[in-house]
Amino acid sequence: MYLGRVVGRVWSTVKNAELEGQRFLVVQPITPEGANAGKRIVCTDMTGAGAGEIIYWVRGREASIALPAPEVPTDFSIVGIVDEMSVNREAKK
Amino acid sequence: MLIGRVIGEIVATRKHATHEDRKILLVQPLNLDGSERGAALVALDAVDAGVGDRVLLTTEGFSAFSSVGYKKAPIDMAVIGIVDSVELIEGAA
Repeated sequence: MYLGRVVGRVWSTVKNAELEGQRFLVVQPITPEGANAGKRIVCTDMTGAGAGEIIYWVRGREASIALPAPEVPTDFSIVGIVDEMSVNREAKK
Repeated sequence: MLIGRVIGEIVATRKHATHEDRKILLVQPLNLDGSERGAALVALDAVDAGVGDRVLLTTEGFSAFSSVGYKKAPIDMAVIGIVDSVELIEGAA
């Protein structure tokens, strides 16, 4: 999965029938430290995430599995909202 | 698979049900010389790895969700081993 921040929404009226009722969110991939990490993407969402929230998402076939509806044509889906993150890059075992 | 180091953990209250009861790890992929290889990734833990461990990370859906015990789940990355050592064979590398 990948870390990101929700930075926008996409509205679409004419779309594949299986996409009815899906929310489309614009996500900026980020590092754990909050820096941008790549280009923005559009994700379907099962979490109810809102603008500014840190989330993580899955890509590929698993993005469709994440949604309650069957066979949704999506390749990125938000699957969790990050409440807290602990980062220690110096620890070595 | 990729080799990476566990650099942290994520706490998420709102997430897909299949992500419950598993550690959600932040893994920094590494090159063989130990330098960082791209942005840190989010993976479920299948081997009880912890912060500081050097680990094997699968980035493919089926192997990821089956390693944490599901036949089908929106999980595309999992930590599936803890690396003891890596040896490069002289003359072959």
